[in-house]
Amino acid sequence: MAKTTAAKAAPAAEGGNLPFIYREYPRETLLGALRKMHLIRKFEEGAEESYMRGLIHGTMHLSIGQEASAMGICLPLTNDDQITSTHRGHGHCIAKGADVKRMFAEFFGKTTGYCAGRGGSMHIADVTTGNLGANGIVGGGLPIAVGAALTAKRLKTGKVAVCFFGDGANNEGAFHEALNMASVWKLPVVFVCENNKYGMSTSTERSTAVANIADRAAAYSMPGVIVDGNVLSDVAEASHAAVERARRGEGPSLIECKTYRYRGHSKSDRNRYRTKDEIDDWMSNRDPIERYEAQLVEFGIAKADEIEAIRASVAEEIAAGIEFAKASPAPEIADLANYVYTEQA
Amino acid sequence: MDAAVRELSYSQAIQEAMAIAMEADERVILMGEDIGVYGGAFQVTGDLIDRFGPDRVMDTPISELGGAGVAVGAAVTGLRPIFEFQFSDFAALAMEQIVNQAAKMRYMLGGAVSVPVVMRFPGGSGTGAAAQHSQSLEAWLGHVPGLKVIQPATPHDVKGMLLAAVADPDPVMIFEHKLLYKMKGPVPEGHYTVPIGKAEVRREGRDLTVVATSLMVHKALEAAETLAAEGMDVEVIDLRTIRPMDRETVIESVKKTSRLMCVYEGVKTLGVGAELSAMVAESEAFDYLDAPIVRLGGAETPIPYNPELEKAAVPQVPGIVAAARDLIRGAR
Ligand SMILES: Cc1ncc(C[n+]2csc(CCOP(=O)(O)OP(=O)(O)O)c2C)c(N)n1
Ligand SMILES: [Mg+2]
Repeated sequence: MAKTTAAKAAPAAEGGNLPFIYREYPRETLLGALRKMHLIRKFEEGAEESYMRGLIHGTMHLSIGQEASAMGICLPLTNDDQITSTHRGHGHCIAKGADVKRMFAEFFGKTTGYCAGRGGSMHIADVTTGNLGANGIVGGGLPIAVGAALTAKRLKTGKVAVCFFGDGANNEGAFHEALNMASVWKLPVVFVCENNKYGMSTSTERSTAVANIADRAAAYSMPGVIVDGNVLSDVAEASHAAVERARRGEGPSLIECKTYRYRGHSKSDRNRYRTKDEIDDWMSNRDPIERYEAQLVEFGIAKADEIEAIRASVAEEIAAGIEFAKASPAPEIADLANYVYTEQA
Repeated sequence: MDAAVRELSYSQAIQEAMAIAMEADERVILMGEDIGVYGGAFQVTGDLIDRFGPDRVMDTPISELGGAGVAVGAAVTGLRPIFEFQFSDFAALAMEQIVNQAAKMRYMLGGAVSVPVVMRFPGGSGTGAAAQHSQSLEAWLGHVPGLKVIQPATPHDVKGMLLAAVADPDPVMIFEHKLLYKMKGPVPEGHYTVPIGKAEVRREGRDLTVVATSLMVHKALEAAETLAAEGMDVEVIDLRTIRPMDRETVIESVKKTSRLMCVYEGVKTLGVGAELSAMVAESEAFDYLDAPIVRLGGAETPIPYNPELEKAAVPQVPGIVAAARDLIRGAR
């Protein structure tokens, strides 16, 4: 979300007791964030349905239930800041500014897709809005984000790199190596662990020796912050602080967003490792979109009919995106080997 | 032995082999990501956790390097771990332990230890999983002395070769094509082994030797049927093991047919076909060749997501038929 520090618009509401984002951002930014959260959810529902109808092949990992984490982290970022994403990356991609048309086109394997039909869901990226890509390898993005931050520091671009990863990824060796280097070299990177309690079927209790992933920050001499990942304002506040710290040259931070995925891990999940009660509890009592909407209404920032209008416009954009994808051309077989190497003049 | 023979799927055959090995030997344990209650990403371990408990069907954290290393350490010191990689692509994260440790430990220690670890790698394309979940990396490991690398192509063989692998004192790497998991075939009950290092002639023929691996064995057999209808008689060899390679079976066949075609899914260049070709070219079978050797392998690209591109990236039956026809008719 482009929020320039130079010409700061008036915040949506005054009052010391209001949560962070209402004091920090103008109304249109807040409504834009709501729209994107809806866009993420409807995009994934649309993708899921298209998959069921056999229009999309392969597999996909849905982030439904985790929208506030993607959106809140990206809220303080500019278009120039960069992220690395994960296999559960549709939300990150949209929150960072990608066009759902081209995302659908990618899922449908079309040339108009962000990866020209070569990548699909698991490699979705939009480099033009600073998304260096989802990753099929758990933990694969961690050192890459550190590399992006190294570039930012060396070239003095002022950019910040944000690295999304899951709770499961914190047990990969790459996590240790990446956080250590980022800290030793004081790089402008923010590590964002989206802790949805499980890496596939394995709960954090069974996989991870510390109670909170953020506890591990101490081992790398960086701040470790835990937030309710389903409260947009809390996530954005933590992100804002970490991004500002990075921009000031003070080094990396680790943010842990406690959240939950409603759907199975992927398309082959028998859901044997968690209870229906647990899922129901998260869905009915902690839904990030419902909670954000309730606040917007409570603080007088949006009325019910305005929220309804946002939903309607999102539904239209999704429908148009799917149509665009269907109508787009498939790649030519003769072009199979395009993009393996950089074509040189 | 005339044990009852049933139809089992490839994945059921693996599961049965693991259960037999665990039943017979307390030292055998299974390790891997989500192999417990989840049953494994491809449901190969299935409900074995109910039978053997979480201490012997161990979920590891998402830690391929560490997990593989723990399996190596356990193997050196007296256990018989069967370690499942969720996808063969993740071997890349564990190469240190596989290549620098497991493969070399016995040699470096002058024979003082053995490393009886089995590692299972679900590989191959055809599922729309794109570039990081579709590779055929067996040739990487086939390049490393100290390892044994097998690619069983049928339910019968995967059970017998897995049991041979568990009994083997050295590290055995099993590459299982994901599209084979649901394939059914006759599997004898009880314990039996299929030797590592021995190829199998799946179809006898006079005009051409096709040496294929894994899923490509089935594609080659299908192609051979089409060619038979056109009057061409193709011999199909299922290589089964890429390290150590069965020279004798391949060379004897080429001496008979005078033509060689290699069909494999891994990237064509510097792969299994290169080794087969060189092996024949270096042997007495060279003098018998009536035509240049032909290799059909994976395209020189990562595996693409788009389904049509994905198919085009690996050998398919029509391509095998056309190439074999040209080779036999002398168009090459
Ligand atoms: C190196 C590697 N190991 C295993 C996998 C298979 N895999 C994909 S996602 C996943 C779970 C990841 O859990 P987490 O990091 O918590 O992310 P979440 O799926 O919960 O968003 C696993 C095991 C993989 N893609 N890459
Ligand atoms: Mg998780």
